[in-house]
Formats: sequence, C-alpha cells, structure tokens
Amino acid sequence: MATKAFQKIYTKISQITKATCSLKAMGVGYDELAMVNGKLAQVVKIAGDEVTLQVFEGTEGIPTNAEVVFLGKSPTLKVSEQLAGRFFNAFGEPIDGGPEIEGKEVEIGGPSVNPVRRKQPSELIATGIAGIDLNNTLVSGQKIPFFADPDQPFNQVMAMVALRAQTDKIILGGMGMTNDDYLYFKNVFSNAGALDRIISFVNTTENPPVERLLIPDMALTAAEYFAVEHNQKVLVLLTDMTSYADALAIVSNRMDQIPSKDSMPGSLYSDLAKIYEKAVQFPTGGSITIIAVTTLSGGDITHAVPDNTGYITEGQLFLRRDSDIGKVIVDPFRSLSRLKQLVSGKKTRKDHPQVMNAAVRLYADAASAKTKMENGFDLTNYDERALAFAKDYANQLLAIDVNLNTTEMLDVTWGLFSKYFKPEEVNIKKEFVDQYWKKQS
Amino acid sequence: MATKGTVLGVIANMVTLTVDGPVAQNEICYILTGGDRLMAEVIKVVGKSAYVQVFESTRGLKVGAEAEFTGHMLEVTLGPGMLSKNYDGLQNDLDKMEGVFLKRGQYTYPLDKERKWHFKPIVKEGDKVGPSAWLGEVEENHQPLKIMVPFQLTDSYVVKSVVEEGEYTIEDTVAVLADREGKEIPVNMIQKWPVKKAMVNYREKPRPYKLLETGVRVIDTLNPIVEGGTGFIPGPFGTGKTVLQHAISKQAEADIVIIAACGERANEVVEIFTEFPELVDPHTGRKLMERTIIVANTSNMPVAAREASVYTAMTMAEYYRAMGLKVLLMADSTSRWAQALREMSNRMEELPGPDAFPMDLSAIISNFYGRAGFVHLYNGVTGSITFIGTVSPAGGNLKEPVTENTKKVARCFYALEQERADRKRYPAVNPIDSYSKYLEYPEFEDYIAKHINGEWIGKVNELKTRLLRGKEIAEQINILGDDGVPVDYHVIFWKSELIDFVILQQDAFDEVDSVTPMERQEEMVNMVIDICRADFEFDNFVEVMDYFKKMINVCKQMNYARFRSEQYSEYKKQLQDLVAERKVK
Repeated sequence: MATKAFQKIYTKISQITKATCSLKAMGVGYDELAMVNGKLAQVVKIAGDEVTLQVFEGTEGIPTNAEVVFLGKSPTLKVSEQLAGRFFNAFGEPIDGGPEIEGKEVEIGGPSVNPVRRKQPSELIATGIAGIDLNNTLVSGQKIPFFADPDQPFNQVMAMVALRAQTDKIILGGMGMTNDDYLYFKNVFSNAGALDRIISFVNTTENPPVERLLIPDMALTAAEYFAVEHNQKVLVLLTDMTSYADALAIVSNRMDQIPSKDSMPGSLYSDLAKIYEKAVQFPTGGSITIIAVTTLSGGDITHAVPDNTGYITEGQLFLRRDSDIGKVIVDPFRSLSRLKQLVSGKKTRKDHPQVMNAAVRLYADAASAKTKMENGFDLTNYDERALAFAKDYANQLLAIDVNLNTTEMLDVTWGLFSKYFKPEEVNIKKEFVDQYWKKQS
Repeated sequence: MATKGTVLGVIANMVTLTVDGPVAQNEICYILTGGDRLMAEVIKVVGKSAYVQVFESTRGLKVGAEAEFTGHMLEVTLGPGMLSKNYDGLQNDLDKMEGVFLKRGQYTYPLDKERKWHFKPIVKEGDKVGPSAWLGEVEENHQPLKIMVPFQLTDSYVVKSVVEEGEYTIEDTVAVLADREGKEIPVNMIQKWPVKKAMVNYREKPRPYKLLETGVRVIDTLNPIVEGGTGFIPGPFGTGKTVLQHAISKQAEADIVIIAACGERANEVVEIFTEFPELVDPHTGRKLMERTIIVANTSNMPVAAREASVYTAMTMAEYYRAMGLKVLLMADSTSRWAQALREMSNRMEELPGPDAFPMDLSAIISNFYGRAGFVHLYNGVTGSITFIGTVSPAGGNLKEPVTENTKKVARCFYALEQERADRKRYPAVNPIDSYSKYLEYPEFEDYIAKHINGEWIGKVNELKTRLLRGKEIAEQINILGDDGVPVDYHVIFWKSELIDFVILQQDAFDEVDSVTPMERQEEMVNMVIDICRADFEFDNFVEVMDYFKKMINVCKQMNYARFRSEQYSEYKKQLQDLVAERKVK
C-alpha cells in the first residue's frame, strides 16, 4: 500500500503505547485505516483534533516523528472467484507466492443480515461422527464451537468435519495458530484434493497478535461473497477464538478501558456476536456455517470467553478422552447442538430424537453407577448392565473415529438397547419400541 | 429553531457533540455523515457538550459532521396495524426494509398509512371523556382495539364531534375534543409515547391474583404465574431458556404476546418468524402470529438499539393494556440489555459498580419490572401486562449483579439448572430453588379455590416437600450406599422421582405433552399424589427401583397420549393394576 501523491503526511506523534499511538489530525473518519511508518493502523478514537490509532503490527520502533498517512477507507478485501485455493495474511495479502487478487473491493465487517430476510436453517450437515450426527446434529447456517483444552485434537476433528461435509467452499480463519498447525491444515486439504475449494486467512503465532482482529472479518467477508453472489454453501472454520479475544483484551487495555470479567473488555459479547451472527441461511440457497474453536484453560467454561461464546453460538461440542475405551469421544453430556431439532426426526428417521435422549440418559445412569463403584458400593444388576452399555456405546458411537450414516447409527443404538435393557427401562414411545426393538435370539 | 450540533469526538458508538442551543437528556438527534442520517440519543450533557449514543455503526464519521436535534425523546408510534409485525429495537418495520442486509440510516414507518380500518364509535357528541378514555373501536386480527384520547391529554374533555361508523385510515380524524378553554383537539388513530416513561393511565394497580395458564406443568402447577405478574428465568447457556420461553409464548392464555428478542441469536427469531404463522393458538384456534408482535434486536445489531428494544416492547404492551387486554411480554435476555448499559457506562468513563455494571443498574431493573402489572382502568375494566424476562448469568453463577437485582423485584423465579439439563430432565427448572410468591397470596388462594379446588395449594406444597425429601435421601444414598439406608427411604426417593418424571419433566417437542391444560394437570397431580400417599410393600431396594421404573414408564406413555383418549384410559387402567399389585391395604 504505497503512499499516493497529495496525501497529507503527519509527523508528530504525541503518545505511544504498545498497541496504539496518538497524534493531532483533522478530517479523519472513525474506523479509517492509516499507515504509520509503513505499518498498517486503524482509527479507534477521535477526540477533537486528537486521533488514536491501533497499530496492528505493534508499535515497536515507531518514533515520535514517524510518518503517518491516512488512507481514507476502512479495511477492505478484494473479492472474486480468484480467492479460491489461495492463502492470505490478516490484511488479505497473498502469502502463497501467487499473484494479487483482482476483484471488487469491499469493506470488511459489513452490516448484518435483516432477520426477516433469513431462512430457517433446515439442512443437515453429515459428518459421519455419531457423537455429532446422532447426538448433536449440525445444520447449515449454524454456528458452533468446539470447547477444547489446548492438548485435544480439535484441529484434526475440525479438518475431518470440513472435508466430509458437503460444502462448496471451506474458509479457514487461523488466529494465533502455530505454524505446525497451519502446515497440517494445508497438507490435509491438499492431500484430499480439496485445495481448490479452500481459502485461508492465517495469522500464526509468529505474527503480531493485534493483526488477528482482522482475520474473522476477512474470512466472513469472503464467505458472504460466495454465499450471496454465487449462492454457495460456505463452511467457515475459525481457530482459535480465544486468541482473538486475547487480542481484543490487549487493545482495550492499552486504551485504558475498564475491564470486566477475566480482564476481558465489557463489549466482549457484542464483539463475538458480530462475528458468529454472520452464520446464516439465505433464502436463495447460499449459506454460511461457522465451526469455531474456543480453547479453555483446564476445562473451565465459566471463563468470560467460553461463557460469552456459549450464549451466542447454537450449541457447543466438547471432546473428552474416555479412559475406559482409550479413545477421544464427543462428550454427550456437555455437547449440544441447538438446531438439531430442526433436522433430527424430520430429515432423519422419526425415532432419532427419542433414541438419542434415551441413550444419553442411560449413559448418565452408567456414570452414576461408576461413581457408586468408585465409592466402594455394591452395584445392582441394572448398574452393571448400564456400565457395559456405556462401554459399547462409547466405542461404537461416541468415538471420533466412527464413520456411519445416521440410520446405521440408530440401528446400532437399538441393538445396544436390546442387548442390555428391557423395553420399560428405556422410556421410549411404544410405537418405536414395537418397530425397532431387536428380538434377542 | 431546532438545536444543532457538531461532532467533536468518536469512540465506537459514543459521539461527543458541541451544541448551539438547549438539549434534553434522552433527546433524539440525527447525525449526518456521507449521506446517511444516524439516529442517536443524548445520554449526558456537560456545558456545551452533549454525549450521545448512536444507534448505528459510526464507521467513517468525522469531526465536524453536523447533527440535528428533534426536540423529543425516543418514542414509539402506536396504533392499529402493529399485530403480527416484526420490528427492530427502534420500531422500524423490518419487512419494509430493502435488501438482504440492514443498511445504515434506513428507517421505516411502523404502521400502514394506506390501510383502512372499520371504525365504530363508542362515544357520542357531547360526552365528557377523561384521560385515555375509549373513543371508538377497530378490529385487528379479531382483537377489538380501542382508539383512545391521546395519552398526553390528562384533563377532562368534551367530545365535539365523532365520525360515523365506517372505513378510515390511521391519519383520518375520527373525533374532535374540546378542552376546558374550548380549544379543539382533533384525534386520529395514532398515539405517540416516549418509551422510557411509564404510562400510568389507570386508576389503581391491585395485587395480581388470576392464574395465567401456560400449559407448562412446572410453572402452572408448582410455581404459578398470574396475570400481571412478573417472573424471570435465569440459567447458564444450554439449559433451555429459549425453549421454555418459546413454549410459554406459544401456549399462554393471553390476548397479545410481545416478544423482545434482545441481543440474542438471529436464528431464534427466525424460528418464531417461521413457526408462529403456522402454529395454532390453543385458546382461540387462530394462528399464533395474529396475536404476536416481535421486537428483534439480535446480538449483531447495534448495541444502543438493544437497550431501546426492551423499552419499545414495554411501551407497546402498555398501549394494549390501556385497552383492557391481557398482554404477555417476554424479554430474552435482560442480561444483554444490562451489558449494553455497561458498554456505554464504560465509554463515558463512569466509575463502575459490581462487575463493571453501572451503579444504577438495580434501579433501572426494578423500574422496568415495575411497569408490568394488573390494573383497573378509569372505566373499571381490567388489563394486564405479565412480564417474564430471561437472565443469562455469566458463568452460570447466580450471584452476579443482573440476577441478584432481578431477584429483588420479580415475584416468580424459574431457576434453570445445568445438572438437570445434562441429565436431559427438561424443562431443567430446579424444583427446589424455584419459587412463586403468588402461592402465598390469599387472593390467589381464593381464586384457585374457586377455579380449581380448595385442596390444590396444599397438594402443591406437598409435592414440593416430597421433592425436597427425595433430594435429601438421594444425597444420603450417595454417601451411605443403597444398602446403607432403610428400604423405606428408597420408596420415598422413588416417589419423588415419580413426581419428577411425570409432572416436572415435559417434552416441549411432543405435540401432546408440550401443552397440558389445567384440567389435565389437576388430574395428573391427583393421580401422582394418591400414589405418593399410598403404602407399598417391598423386600429390598432393587424391587423398589424396578417397580417404580415400570410405573414411571406407564405414566410417561400416558403423558404422550391424548387426554381421555382410549389409549389414555388403557394406560390409566394399567397404572391402577400396577398400584394394586404392591399396595398395602
């Protein structure tokens, strides 16, 4: 972004913090971009003739006499079909050595969709993972995060979901991603031969943290282009939103804002909602589905980031290592897809909702039986059956290495019910029991 | 001449203006930028500087931009034509907006100026009328709507003329009033009212006492809400707040339902848009949408308008109450509203209160809940606003400011609990922590004695005691083991499980189970209480468990069967046989 002729150059910076600098300037618009000694910055505060800029790369080495030029526009992305298959940095500049993108320049972080122009999401996204498809069915136009500890294989599961889901475009927004994870995604996608439908915006841990703030808007602006202009089904992967929130906290701290819970800015809810609410089903067929990752510290979901996220997203998915079977499973208790009732039993077999609930309830009985056992109490016959059921259920359905269609998942569950329980113990509507209960030979 | 202002500073949606004339707190102004007019509200004035919160994005706004003040506060336009509408937080008609995306600075008129209404006069020439008196009536979606003396007029007036029955638009003059000085005041069907001011156009506000049926058993039976009552539903995410709220708004026995979707998910609003026009009101047989108004300010819409949205919805409710209608107002969620207040207080650099919320949060919440209520209008007719708000406590911790301050003012408390939700015991309302203060009102007791029966409240309290006892025993069993407590204890525990599974748990997605009319609730309670009061004989605890599991299963099947259908009687018979098997005579 070279300086153009006739632009006013300011050279008197009055205040510098780690992320921001201030100077006197006139005729500047809110949210406008500027270059400070070649570093990109954005207006975050105007008070009279004093303008405060947030410098994305950080203010290291910026002198008080740095050259400041205002660009007269807010951050933009050039959108066209050429985006497909490319890798970009947080500013939307190619990092794969390929040519610049030619296309329409649009402002990122645009307006929200009129709620009455949305369509109710109703299309199932099949992933083959029973912990998701059976218990927490995903729907196109949904937004859902994985709540995971940093050591869990969320990126692998997400990559698997992305490749199995039937979508036209997959857009990866990587925030504070390690270079190794970035290369992992790149490899998986190219090995699957899917590179031409992938677009990536990546900020790795090697890049300055404040730059991350642009990533979700960049990714979603590209997504809106394909969903609105080309009526495509777009899946957006955002990993990791906790790094994004950390960057927000840094900036608000530098601007002397009063922090609220967990040192996060008071506007965290609105900031996150603006991103997640871009998930939408358009009546014309295009859709944006967001699958994100929010890393937790020590599984604590009461921390401000997962807590606010949970109130915004349509459910959440938890991964857990099940020591009984030695595999990672999708935790059926804490995971939830709020939109599942739009498809389960409607787009899938009618017994789906009841079978799902009964299985989880029996799995919960097994959990209490396990507590009883650990406390040294005798187990009843029912407890023992529940425990045996839980083991099979985890192994054959909850584990993330499962790949079945939903009808197969239901049949497997009925098989387990019949193997371990009596019909009156599962509390399912009689018409389904009559139809699907497997007679033991 | 109207006051003008010039932009001095911008931080996110807070803008400082210098003004050239008088401005009022909460006055509305429009800031002109790049061809757009951005609506804003004054929230603080210091000397010649006015701090305003802008209801839109301030992207590109520059120092020196001009602003025009309107001389009035944020107000809503009230009149026939609001039912079934989808508004945003500032009462813009969302369906009239162009394009898929919400454009900045686009405002649409909330009513229909072309449509003609069939007006029937109630008063005649020469009649004396007081404040908010009914002058005539029009019908909208089978609901008789009153055309009233403008709310700003608080004196007594003489009707100079009134039009004949016929077709009129909202702007046509339908009556002319004369005040004490003989000054003539033309009246049409449109009312305007500032949203932040409570309407007090009624004679008195007695304690509410009439049961408001919702069809949700854990509410109607155990923690009833009344017409004109207040309640709130706090709960961590994923515990079913929205499902419960939707269930109430679908089933409640109200004339008008207003849903304020305040800072919540857009897809949830879309669910209402999609489903309500299809669903049938169980009380009238007409489409639910006919009696519903949605005020949607979803979480991605501008924050300041989120704060306005709850007031907009409340003012609409007050308008219908003044016509003697039964209004149910639901706000999801009041925490988002409080957060909007917090964001603004933070930008104004006010000293923060607990959790960085503004210091006056408690007063703001209690004033708002205070606007609900059951009233006697001046003409003796009654009207009501029942208000139920949800609270989304941070981290599910009920000791946070919004929950605590709401608890002080709301009379019903429906505590949603993570543990119940994890075990899929829906609705996940904790039966022990939740309460309804109305159960203690003697007026309510009288009403119930007349409409249900005199023993009802005693039975409800018995259910509650049994649930509590069951919980205590469950804890003892956890510590001492199944063998460590007497078999009798298991019986008590399983009786409480029976109450839990049969009465408390309800399948919101099942056609039959989702709505339980009061008559059926009464029968269920009697049935369950009879079982609870009976003595049974068992040799060991395994027998107890197996027996009650069978019983619960039969009762569940009964819940799924249509009331008093053949199937229902069959299960009832099965249940009676089962009880007879073990009952001690």
